[in-house]
Amino acid sequence: MKYYILLLFACMSLTANAQLFSTRNGFVGFYSETPFENIVAENNQVYAILDISKKTIAFSMLMKSFVFQKELMQVHFNEDYIESDKFPKANFTGSFTEIIDPLKNGTIILHITGSMMMHGITKPFSTNATLIIKNNTLDGKSNFKINPSDFNIEIPSLVRKKIAQQIDVKIKVSLHP
Amino acid sequence: MRKFYTLICLLVSLNIFAQDSSLLKMIDNSMSINMQNTYVTGTFKSIYIINTQSVEMTAKNSLLFSIMHRFGKINDGGYNFFGLDNATMRLGFDYGITSDLSVGIGRSTFEKTFDGHLKYKLLKQTDGTDKMPFTVDIFSGIYYTSLKSDDAALDKLSYDISFLIARKFSSKFSLQLTPSLLHYNLVPTVADNNNVFVTGIGGRMLITKHMSVNAEYDYVFPNQVNSMKMYNSLSAGIDIETGGHVFQLHVTNSQGMVEPLFLGKTTGTWRKGDIFFGFNISRVFNFGHSKKK
Repeated sequence: MKYYILLLFACMSLTANAQLFSTRNGFVGFYSETPFENIVAENNQVYAILDISKKTIAFSMLMKSFVFQKELMQVHFNEDYIESDKFPKANFTGSFTEIIDPLKNGTIILHITGSMMMHGITKPFSTNATLIIKNNTLDGKSNFKINPSDFNIEIPSLVRKKIAQQIDVKIKVSLHP
Repeated sequence: MRKFYTLICLLVSLNIFAQDSSLLKMIDNSMSINMQNTYVTGTFKSIYIINTQSVEMTAKNSLLFSIMHRFGKINDGGYNFFGLDNATMRLGFDYGITSDLSVGIGRSTFEKTFDGHLKYKLLKQTDGTDKMPFTVDIFSGIYYTSLKSDDAALDKLSYDISFLIARKFSSKFSLQLTPSLLHYNLVPTVADNNNVFVTGIGGRMLITKHMSVNAEYDYVFPNQVNSMKMYNSLSAGIDIETGGHVFQLHVTNSQGMVEPLFLGKTTGTWRKGDIFFGFNISRVFNFGHSKKK
């Protein structure tokens, strides 16, 4: 069955004349550092797709797939902050101007602009990403910061000192055709 | 085969929409095809609804320290400061061996009772798809009353086994049904049963993200406890959660804080004003090994 899907996807990408590179197990990490507590949340089930010809890129992930070191933090993240019952997903769509040739090994910096959706709020967003092209595989990497308050995520005063104002975000994907 | 056709339709539709934002649509669709079950979390804020155990477990590798207090009866009057002069308390430790199994010990000042228990998660309610509509835990406890009495040789052990069956109906509302079987090695007279069946119902309603209103009622099936006038336990209260702490403030007609006491030996009644004000405070300490520094 899985092969059929792959096959159909392959056919489809051919017919649409688009060159799609995608993954189902990309990585997104949230890192919060304060003198009181360091919080790490990592998601290894991020879906990402990149269209070389249209120069567009998209990410999508389930908030419930973020794993914290402490179970209680994960519960609070889902229940109180990100409200994953109401807003199960976060996603990003964007475009870039650089030309990618998957057959030419090398490294390029992509300047991506687009919009990010999290906690039901959509915000314009742009960042740079490093893309390493090697043997028809695209390895992308990006680091940036986001403010929970931009996405209407309330942090109660009692725990404010334990959660950083700005959250470091790390993204790592290995995209295959 | 039908699944296959829907898949084809889906892919065709993907094909048609293969434009800009359709990239997102594509991965979202492939996501929903490959979606695995996720489990409901946060059915209750605490491992206690009020007196009864809730389906919530102590997290893996963490130690939960709970301090529970029940003051005296409110109808004791002004001389006893409406019950606040007479407090009973229970100190308890719970440890999560895995995320589905926890073990706990406690000591109540009420009848100098020691208790030990195990709690195991049998079934987990799934998100959205409703493949499994309930979370079910099994809870079993053993209790030893060490209060000295004249009949020193008597067996003062009692046991409890409960099924905790809960459903989180919405992000705000959860309900739990708790059928329990108590066994007392010693009962006061032959008119009393050694085995006592009780069914409890309890629930919570969130009023803000960090606060909920809880209530529970435990119905003891009739003609089981006859030598003393006992009542069904009825309690109401609020939960306040602040990071690693949960504060629970409540009023109840039971002074005991472990199953054989509040389920089968509640002597207070709301009608006469035998109401105990009390609180549970819990604090979680983590012993998990962090993977990365």
